[in-house]
Amino acid sequence: MRVMAQVAMVMNLDKCIGCHTCSVTCKQTWTNRPGTEYVYFNNVETKPGAGYPRRYEDQEQWNGGWTLDRKGRLQLRAGGRARRLLSIFYNPNLPTIDDYGDPWTYDYETLIDAPPGKLTPSAHSISALTGRDMRVRWGSNWEDDLAGGPESAAADPNLAGLGEQVKLAFEQVFMFYLPRICEHCLNPSCVASCPSGAMYKREEDGIVLVDQDRCRGWRFCVSGCPYKKVYFNHRTGKAEKCTLCFPRIESGQPTICSETCVGRLRYLGLMLYDADKVTAAAATTDPRGLYEAQLSVFLDPDDPRVRAAAAAQGIPADWLEAARRSPVYALIARHKVALPLHPEYRTLPMVWYIPPLSPVADTVSAAGYDADDPDQVFAAIDALRVPADYLASLFTAGDAGPVRRVLRTLMAVRTVMRARQLGTGDAVPAGLAAAAGASMADLDDLYRLLAIAKYDERFVIPPAHAEDAGRLMAQHEQLFCAQPGGPDDFHPPSGEAFRDDAGRLHLGLSPRSGS
Amino acid sequence: MNGVSAWQIFVWVALPYLALGIFVVGHIWRWRYDQFGWTSRSTQLQERRLLKWGAPIFHYGTFAAIGGHVIGVLIPETWTRAIGIPEPVYHWFSAAAGTLAAVLIIIGVVILAGRRLLVPRVRATTSTVDYVTLILLLLVIATGIVPTVFVNLLGHGYDYRTTVALWFRGLFSGSPDVRAIATAPIVYQVHAAAAWLIWALWPFSRLVHAWSAPVWYLWRPYIVYRSRVATPPAEPGTSGRRWRKIGVPY
Ligand code: SF4
Ligand code: SF4
Repeated sequence: MRVMAQVAMVMNLDKCIGCHTCSVTCKQTWTNRPGTEYVYFNNVETKPGAGYPRRYEDQEQWNGGWTLDRKGRLQLRAGGRARRLLSIFYNPNLPTIDDYGDPWTYDYETLIDAPPGKLTPSAHSISALTGRDMRVRWGSNWEDDLAGGPESAAADPNLAGLGEQVKLAFEQVFMFYLPRICEHCLNPSCVASCPSGAMYKREEDGIVLVDQDRCRGWRFCVSGCPYKKVYFNHRTGKAEKCTLCFPRIESGQPTICSETCVGRLRYLGLMLYDADKVTAAAATTDPRGLYEAQLSVFLDPDDPRVRAAAAAQGIPADWLEAARRSPVYALIARHKVALPLHPEYRTLPMVWYIPPLSPVADTVSAAGYDADDPDQVFAAIDALRVPADYLASLFTAGDAGPVRRVLRTLMAVRTVMRARQLGTGDAVPAGLAAAAGASMADLDDLYRLLAIAKYDERFVIPPAHAEDAGRLMAQHEQLFCAQPGGPDDFHPPSGEAFRDDAGRLHLGLSPRSGS
Repeated sequence: MNGVSAWQIFVWVALPYLALGIFVVGHIWRWRYDQFGWTSRSTQLQERRLLKWGAPIFHYGTFAAIGGHVIGVLIPETWTRAIGIPEPVYHWFSAAAGTLAAVLIIIGVVILAGRRLLVPRVRATTSTVDYVTLILLLLVIATGIVPTVFVNLLGHGYDYRTTVALWFRGLFSGSPDVRAIATAPIVYQVHAAAAWLIWALWPFSRLVHAWSAPVWYLWRPYIVYRSRVATPPAEPGTSGRRWRKIGVPY
C-alpha cells in the first residue's frame, strides 16, 4: 500500500445557478493576461450543450485520455510514444482557436469619439489575435441557458446514445449547469502526453501543474487531456492549466472558484488513495466498472492500518486528521452520492459531482404530478429514461444504476427534512431511507453536509508543511539579499534627512532603529 | 598567408569563430536567464490546415539536409573512398538525395513562409527576430539549393569536398584553408557566410527549440511526480528572470 493524499473537489449540481461568478473570479485571478483571453481554467457549461471547446467530450474526434490496447493494457488514445514524437510538427488532435472561439474585444473608441449626429455609433468586434475587425461566431458560454436551442444542443456528444424521442422529451423540460475545472486526475493523460516532462503531479497534494520553465510548447498535453483543461498561451507559446489555486491551498484556503461560489456548492478536502492500485483501476476492462474501480482505490482515513501506513510514509498527522474530516470523502466514499465526470476517459478524475435532482422534479411537475411526493418522484426516477440516462452518460459511462441510486437518496433527504420542517414526520413512508439504501443517520448527515454545512465544514484543507521551504528561503535570502550591497544592506540613518552616494536626498520617514 | 586579403581573413576566419563564440555564450545566457522564453512557439492553435503539410515536410527535409552536410562536409573524401565508395557513386548519391531534400525544403518553406506572411493570425505572432531568422534561412536555403540542383544534378558538378569542406574542417583543427573557400564559386561563399550568421543568431531566436527535441520521452515513465520545492527569491537586478548559481541546489 502506497498511501498518497489528494486535494479533491465535489460540486453539488442541484445548487448551481449558472451565475459564472466562479469563472469570472478565476479569470481575474489567473488568466487576465494577453495570450490567455480565451483560457478558462473554470468554465460553466449548460447541459445539454456542445461545451467548451466545442464537442470536447467527443473522443472519437479529439482522441484525448486513455484507452486499452489489444492486450488490455493502458495506452494513450492518441497513440504510442514514437507515434506522437513523429507527429510533433503537426498534432492532428489539437483544437484550433475557432473551436474555442476567436477571442474578441470591441472598438470602444468609436463610441467615445463619435461626433454629434443622428445615428447612434456602434462598436465593432475586434479580434484579440489580429487586431482586425471580425464576426463573432462562437465563444465560451455561447449556448448559455440553451441559447441556440435544439440545433446547438444537439451537438452535445452525450446525446449520441439517446434515442430521437428521448432527445425531444428533454429539450422541453431539462437543463442544468456543469461547472468545470481541471480534474487533477490520479492518472493524468496530460502529464503522460507531455514529451518534455514539464507537467507533473505534486507528490504532497496531487495538484497537476505545468513547469513554465521546462515547457517547450509541444502542445500534446492540450490534446491529451480529454476534458480540454490545458490551454495553449498563444503569446508565450507555453501550456497553462488550472492550478487548483495552489498558493491558496498551501495556506489552507479554498480555491478562488470555491471561495466565491454563490451557490456554495463546492466542497474541498483530502482523499487518501493507494497509488499502487491506480494503474490497475484505470485499466478496468468494462468502462462501466470504472466508477467502482476508482472507489476501490480510495483509502478509509479511519482505518487504523491506513493511518499507520500513511504515517510511516510521511503524511503528517494534521493531514490525516483533515482526511478524516474531509467532506469530499464523506460525499464520494461514505455516502456515495458524488460521481466522477466521464470515468470512461480512464484518467481517474478527482473533481466529482452530485447529480442534479431538479431535472427529475421538473419532469414530474411538467407531467402534472406533485414534485414533493416521494412516491411519484421515486417512480419517475425509475421510469424515466431521461434524465437518468443522460446523467449516466456524463457520470458513469452510461450505467444508469448508480445515478438512480443517488437521485433516490437525494429525494429521501428532501422528503424526510420537509416532513420534519412541516411537523408531518408521520407522513414519511416507512422504509423510505431503506429504499434509498441509506439509514436515517446517513440522511441526517447528508442533510447537514448538503444544506447547512458552513465554510469550515465545506472546506477542510490542511495547510502545507512549508517548514523546509522556509529554511530554503532563508538560505537564499542569505545568498542573494543580505550580502553587502544587496537590497537588505541598506540602512538609512534614523529619522534624519540624508544624501546617498549618488547625491539624492532621502527623507528619513520610516526610521530604523539601531543602525 | 600569401594572397589573402584582410577582408577574406575576416569573413572566413574571424566571422566563423565569432559566430561560434556567440553561439556558445549566447546559449549559456539564454538557458540561465530565459528558459521561460525557450519554446517552439507553435502557431497550430491559430492555423492548422497549412501547417499540417508545411511543418512536417520542412522539418523532415531539413533533417535530410543536415544528414547530407554531415556526410559531405564533416566526413573527409579519403574516408568514403577508403570504405570503397567511388567518386561517381558518391556524386550521384549526393546529387539525388540532395535534390530530394531540396524539393522537400522548398515545398515546406514556401508553405510555412507564405503562411507566416499571409495568414493574419500567424503574422500577428511574428517578432522582429523571427523575420531576421526567416530572411537568413531563405538565403541559406536558396544558396544551398541552387548548386545542389543546377551544378551537381544538372551541371557538370563542383567538388566542394576538396575546397569548402577542407576550409570548414580546418576551422576546428585550427588551420582553416582560406584560399580554398575564397576561390570557391560565389554561391558557396554566400551559403557559408549566411550559415555562420544563423549560428550567431541561433541562441536568440526560436531556433533554440531544436535542442529540446524530447527524445527521452521514449523511455521515461508516463506519470511524472515531483515534490514541492521552494522557489528562490529573484536575484536582484534580473527583474524576476532567474539566475541560478552553479552548484547551488534547490
Ligand atoms: S483534467 Fe486536468 S489532470 Fe486530468 S488530464 Fe486534464 S489537465 Fe490533466
Ligand atoms: S459561482 Fe457557483 S453557482 Fe455560480 S456558476 Fe459557479 S459553480 Fe455555479
